[in-house]
Amino acid sequence: MMENFVFLAAALMVLGGAVGVIVRTHPVHCALSMVLTLFGIAVLFLAMDAQFLAAVQIIVYAGAIVVLFLFVIMLMGVDKAESLAIEPLAGQRPVAIGLGVGTLVVVLAAFFVHGGKVRGVQLTGISASGGAAVGGEGNIKALALSLFSDHVFAFEATSILLVVAVLATVMLARRPPKQINLEGLE
Amino acid sequence: MLAYLHVTPSWYLGLAAILFALGAVGVMVRRNPLIMFMCVELMLNAVNLTFVTLSRALGDIGGQTVVFFVLVVAAAEVVVGLGIVVALLRRKPGANADDVAMLKG
Repeated sequence: MMENFVFLAAALMVLGGAVGVIVRTHPVHCALSMVLTLFGIAVLFLAMDAQFLAAVQIIVYAGAIVVLFLFVIMLMGVDKAESLAIEPLAGQRPVAIGLGVGTLVVVLAAFFVHGGKVRGVQLTGISASGGAAVGGEGNIKALALSLFSDHVFAFEATSILLVVAVLATVMLARRPPKQINLEGLE
Repeated sequence: MLAYLHVTPSWYLGLAAILFALGAVGVMVRRNPLIMFMCVELMLNAVNLTFVTLSRALGDIGGQTVVFFVLVVAAAEVVVGLGIVVALLRRKPGANADDVAMLKG
């Protein structure tokens, strides 16, 4: 019963935020709508006993990534509303919405193609148990065991990835150094 | 009515599918590169939701491990992508998706 209300509230947050990202004209409003969606996802993670991922979702996504978006919007001075009334590419929107509905149908069909059964576990219907929390009381320990034993090389590789990403961004965003005019000094 | 229903994993999967489709529509409709990035993030979050749902339903922690890696890669992707967008907007204020063709040099 409680889980129903949690799911309903979080689902409304997620979908409302997602629609907000698409229809709002002001980039700052889009970023704030995205925060709503990300919080909704974090609530759903909590409802599914993924406490560590819920915390990381809020710290990394709502904390770091959205702030990065807002910094770019503010610093580059693109924080003005754009007009959505004009459609630069004729027929883009109907085609996009059609393709979006097609995507939805394909993804739903992929989920439920075997009657909602995955690896012998029934996912649909009243009787589905919903599964127990993996690893018992909070699954941080189980996650850490998986991360640092089975996937330790991938974990180390992500550290290299982050260093490379930081270096690449510094190179991309750096202004070329100004040429010092030596002739003017004479 | 709501009290008699039981939240099953399929509800989460359906929500993730709708969120993925909304993100896809956003990428195709919007022309501001920043907002297209936000819509890509929505799609990534939909996939993360699917991973966690199935991780719980199947009793397999591997799904949550994958979500951890997706988070790291998404952070790196946003950093590099926003670096490109900043370079683009600096050369041409008010750039839209077509102007990314400037990357050809």
